[in-house]
Amino acid sequence: MTTTDVATVPVAAAAPTVPDTPRRRGRGRLPTVLLGLPVPVLFLVLWHLGRAQEWELPLGIRMGFLPYPADVAAGLVNYVAGTRDDAFSSLLWEDLPASALRVVSGFALATLIAVPLGVLMGRFRTANSLFDPMINLFRPIPATAWVPLVALLIGYGDQASIFLITLSAFFPIVLGTISGARQVPERLLEAARMLGTSGVGTLLRVVLPAAAPAIVNGMRVGLGLAWVILVLSETTGVPTGLGSTIFLARDVVQTDQIVVGMICIAVAGFLSDRLLTLFFRVLFRDRPLIK
Amino acid sequence: MDTEHLSAGRTADVRIAGLSKVYAGGVAAMADVDLTIASGEFVAVVGASGCGKSTLLRILAGFERPSGGVVEVGGTPVTGPGPDRGVVFQDYGLFPWLSVRENVAYGPSRKKLPRAEVAAVTDRFIAAVGLTRFAGKYPAQLSGGMQQRVAIARVLANDPSLLLMDEPFGALDALTRADLQAELKRIHVDTRTTVVFVTHSIEEAVYLADRVVVMTGGASHGVPGSIRRIVPVDLTDRDVTSPAFNAVKREIADLVHTVPATV
Ligand SMILES: Nc1ncnc2c1ncn2[C@@H]1O[C@H](COP(=O)(O)OP(=O)(O)O)[C@@H](O)[C@H]1O
Ligand SMILES: [Mg+2]
Repeated sequence: MTTTDVATVPVAAAAPTVPDTPRRRGRGRLPTVLLGLPVPVLFLVLWHLGRAQEWELPLGIRMGFLPYPADVAAGLVNYVAGTRDDAFSSLLWEDLPASALRVVSGFALATLIAVPLGVLMGRFRTANSLFDPMINLFRPIPATAWVPLVALLIGYGDQASIFLITLSAFFPIVLGTISGARQVPERLLEAARMLGTSGVGTLLRVVLPAAAPAIVNGMRVGLGLAWVILVLSETTGVPTGLGSTIFLARDVVQTDQIVVGMICIAVAGFLSDRLLTLFFRVLFRDRPLIK
Repeated sequence: MDTEHLSAGRTADVRIAGLSKVYAGGVAAMADVDLTIASGEFVAVVGASGCGKSTLLRILAGFERPSGGVVEVGGTPVTGPGPDRGVVFQDYGLFPWLSVRENVAYGPSRKKLPRAEVAAVTDRFIAAVGLTRFAGKYPAQLSGGMQQRVAIARVLANDPSLLLMDEPFGALDALTRADLQAELKRIHVDTRTTVVFVTHSIEEAVYLADRVVVMTGGASHGVPGSIRRIVPVDLTDRDVTSPAFNAVKREIADLVHTVPATV
């Protein structure tokens, strides 16, 4: 099979025969970075070919409606550095702070509620019995399902956006904290008590540090979800933001800008996870935590 | 540390009368336990597994509530755990995220002592157990013996009037164990803190204690645990190879390994 008739077959069937695949023999010696390259490159090549030849893929995917990768790159440069002088020039520097502020506010609010609640639920049967049914009732409701209600309750704007982000980030954090707080070794609680720690002090000095890895995991998942929900949360009529710009681009049918927005959200989500991890690394330095 | 005194030498007597413990689920762990311990005394508790040694210690620590009877330390009824009663666990119970220094400083810091005083007390007790060079290490970086030294320093820094130890050297190798026994003895001579020391080793009990409490029975034998006899150790020197030492050992071993005639 040659690359010219690839257009008639689904990508999945074409992929194994494409000659670009990394050679098996060199695998052990190839640095990880190099190994990471072939698949994205292949993806870009297929994307370009699919656009050029207007492939029709299963599920009704019409690749002819995609922008070219090169156009997306140009759009990205324009979004960052204003090279084109259109509605999106240099807009990143307004959108990113606006979106980041929403994500950080919602995430911080979720953390402030979820960690204390999770500690109490993990340690006290009564607290668990009180809140567990509500959490299990609300957790399966997707954020999308909240949007119409939130539009009526809060209206459109930053507060609605932050509410949706808080809601999404809350559940992973509270669940992580509960499981971490439950697994604190009884011996450490006894040690703290016999050394003169009060009940509340035990929560702060033993339960929190012992549950820290589980809390951090929950927070990372929560922060990821906050970015996932960002686009949705900016359908609530906020003027600036990475998500708002995606919808603006859709309205003016500028597909390259839609993809640019998607890329920016992905990068922002990735970087914020790095930042959070770095924050905790600085906070804990090299302290050994319970695994 | 031989000349300098380690602590203010707080010490308390213990009064246990008619003590019984039935665990949730109906396990009768002990009944009719009477025991009086003088201030500064070193009492060892021996007995077969399940006879209630840990239960007795945990009640004194305030971790378990008695089902009946009186438990007083220094004339005050025990109602819960407190810094006046330091506990040394077999599995150390050190905070893994705190360094040796921070673990030892933990108790004094809770008492809201001035910073300089906390530091001085901490350094003194780390030195007393010979760990000055390891003060910055974390528990996981230390051997079992060293971790137990940290645990001992940690409770002593709290200046407890009663030291409760539950098979503290049970998980250590023989040489480390001997070292720690000698060290504990020195510390006891120096602090005169009252000690209740649970052990499986009769030799260890006779080597360390002024009196050895022999317990018997236990839920697994169908009777609650109780004190069978209290054996005073009137040896002037504790040479483990001497005939006198071994005579005491044999007497206690007979009590541990035989069933009381009345049962
Ligand atoms: N938390 C508990 N709940 C129920 N039974 C217990 C509990 N702790 C100990 N026991 C039972 O009480 C008895 C005495 O236990 P323990 O004091 O640990 O004995 P020892 O330390 O002498 O081996 C045992 O039969 C044990 O199974
Ligand atoms: Mg025991």
